[in-house]
Amino acid sequence: MTDELIAISILWGFIFIYAVMATMDFGAGFWSMVYINRPQTKATKIANRYLSPTWEVTNVFIVAIVVALVSFFPGATFMLGTILLIPGSIILLLLTVRSAFLVFSHVAPKYEKVLVYISGISGLLIPAFLISVLPITHGSFVETMNGVSRLRLDRLFTSPHEYAFIAFAITSTLFLSSLLLADYSNEANEIEAYTIYRRDALIIGPFALLSSILIMVTMRNEARWLYDGMIARWPWLAASVMLFLLAGGALFLPSWKKKNGRGMPRLAVVAIVLQYFCASYAYGKAHLPYMIYPNVTIESGFTHPNTFRALFVTYIVGFAILFPGFIYFWRLFMKDRRYVANDEK
Amino acid sequence: MERDEHFGMDHVLTARTLFGTTMAFHIIFATLGVGIPLMILFAELLYQKTKDNDYALMANRWTKALAILLGVAIPSGTIAGVQLSLLWPGFMEVVGKVMALPFQIEIYAFFVEALFLSIYVYAADRISPTMRIISLTLVAIGAAASAILITNVHAFEGTPTGFRIENGQIVDVNPWEAFFNPSFAVTATHVVLSAYMTGAFTIASIAAYHMLKNRHHERIQLFHKKALMLGLTVGGVFSLLTAINGHESAQLLHEYQPEKLAAAEGLFETQSHAPLVIGGFTDRETQTVKWGIEIPWLLSFLAGNRFDTVVVGLNDFPEEWWPPLFVHTLFNAMVGIGMFLLLLSIVGFVWHRIRKQHIFPNWFMWTVVTAGPLALLGIEFGWIFACTGRQPWVIYRMMTTAEAVTQSTNLGTLFLLFTSIYVFLLIAVVLVLRSYFRRHPIEQHLSTHM
Repeated sequence: MTDELIAISILWGFIFIYAVMATMDFGAGFWSMVYINRPQTKATKIANRYLSPTWEVTNVFIVAIVVALVSFFPGATFMLGTILLIPGSIILLLLTVRSAFLVFSHVAPKYEKVLVYISGISGLLIPAFLISVLPITHGSFVETMNGVSRLRLDRLFTSPHEYAFIAFAITSTLFLSSLLLADYSNEANEIEAYTIYRRDALIIGPFALLSSILIMVTMRNEARWLYDGMIARWPWLAASVMLFLLAGGALFLPSWKKKNGRGMPRLAVVAIVLQYFCASYAYGKAHLPYMIYPNVTIESGFTHPNTFRALFVTYIVGFAILFPGFIYFWRLFMKDRRYVANDEK
Repeated sequence: MERDEHFGMDHVLTARTLFGTTMAFHIIFATLGVGIPLMILFAELLYQKTKDNDYALMANRWTKALAILLGVAIPSGTIAGVQLSLLWPGFMEVVGKVMALPFQIEIYAFFVEALFLSIYVYAADRISPTMRIISLTLVAIGAAASAILITNVHAFEGTPTGFRIENGQIVDVNPWEAFFNPSFAVTATHVVLSAYMTGAFTIASIAAYHMLKNRHHERIQLFHKKALMLGLTVGGVFSLLTAINGHESAQLLHEYQPEKLAAAEGLFETQSHAPLVIGGFTDRETQTVKWGIEIPWLLSFLAGNRFDTVVVGLNDFPEEWWPPLFVHTLFNAMVGIGMFLLLLSIVGFVWHRIRKQHIFPNWFMWTVVTAGPLALLGIEFGWIFACTGRQPWVIYRMMTTAEAVTQSTNLGTLFLLFTSIYVFLLIAVVLVLRSYFRRHPIEQHLSTHM
């Protein structure tokens, strides 16, 4: 594996982890808004209990992505920074307001209603803007004149390809988060909340799959090079669809642990995360070597080899140090039944 | 580098204003985010030592405030980090190739801070006291490390090492040499020490205010008196350390960025036995500092520990390399505030320990109330001086700010958007803090603990 491939794999790994954590984070915000007027179901409470401790950690990943991009591919930074000024700034503003209110509501319950609406609405808007980075890298929305690149927002927002991605981002956010919350409420023995989230996942799942097909259809016209590359990797796409069906099936199977319970949400969550992994692998592999088509490749944008080596060492040391921290965090908030099941004081 | 300057100074100025506004906003919360955890840690440790419940109560209340402040510090830091790439892509291209290490390591510090802050805030009731102190220590270390590492990038901008630019290409890259650039240690120490000083004086300010407000309630007075003494002691120690280190920072400028020191002191002619001018405004036409107080020979002594040290003046440099001359005023304001706070701590110490007076007079208390806001102002002045004094360079003698700026236009609209968000958050944070501490007044806790 070349240095460039190692670097882009680490970057893609961060993006994938962030994508999964963030969809759950944003989706949880949306669901707590939807169910706010049904206090008896505890669906909102479950969503908030998941959300409170995780957003800060999720937020770090977005900075980690930007830093990995700048440090591994400084040559791509110049162009990406230039063309993403407007969408990037909108994302930053939305994220800021959302995170600030998440904290505020925890300390000052007076603002809880406002928070729930802000985090619910931004929970759909942020993924829509974030995912737009992908079609932008496909190249047809970037115009270069006299050495100055700029993003043609008019072309971007009149393109069906962009809207297919937006639909995919929103449906995926709702799908993944409802699935995870189903699992979380199952863990907490909140049968009513579990039933609600399981139903939501079953309704939205097919739409998420449909919008991914829509991406492929529009890609055929708008980014043929990428479409051909993805089709050439059809086994990954086929595996992805199989995993989707497996997850659907898992929600209907009788539960192992509980009598009369229906569904194995943990299995469904794992299958869906694997599904997104397969699909994103096919997409990412087909996208190579281009970071921004056709101007920037992973070779042309790559950092200085000495810097890469030094960075690589810090990655190994850094993660060796952080790993126990992550495990401890996971055990405190995801596995500890006292936290998952009990009401906060 | 190879890119032409397509844009006029207006564009550069708008970009600098936007980024400067982000930093001016972020730096308030970032500084307190470094300073307050140390105070919480001291309170926790004092509680372990004295078993006095008041200290446990302090730690608890300051943590609540810290969580609220970090709720703004973290997203505004995210903005600052991403805006670097969005507004200064040319700069970040060099940073990515040469100076990526501090950013990368800062991510780990950031993770440590985020993980253990969440644990300390949301799982406090389920973890052991030892684990609480460990978590808190890790939050404090993570916060300080973030500050040190981002300051390292700032230090690199002033004293770049570890690479050369040859025909527009970056060559001879040594990332660790860039990391340990000459001004790293002194500059990073300055930022951390002054943040600790600011955190301590902020605590002292609040305590003094509450003592003045609750003059007839002895129990409340006693509680805040302990916080006041802790704040003044820690603040005093760190303002002394900051002053000593500040002197080293100035000597560093003398050696590595002489035109920055010359602009800070308003010195035009190169000379030995150079005078120190305190106050006043630098006048470009007459090449003097108007209405300043001149102390003969002192600048030479401060710069090189000898009166015959030759201090280089601005006239030895082409005028397009001069930093804006108003930095003299900013520099004086920063040093003045630092000196004032140091003096304040000494007066407090003398009053309390040597004169053995246990009640401070009102004028002193009201002065302490201003200490926290003044310290924050000092941070702002110092930081604006440090960055404006480096102009026109973004990387000293390597890359100008104009070469680094984004090619995108429309920055004016973004400036308005971001500024209104900052104003909104500033108001929100004050309201939330007030709402929380109104609902949890100190009386309520003191009565249950007595």
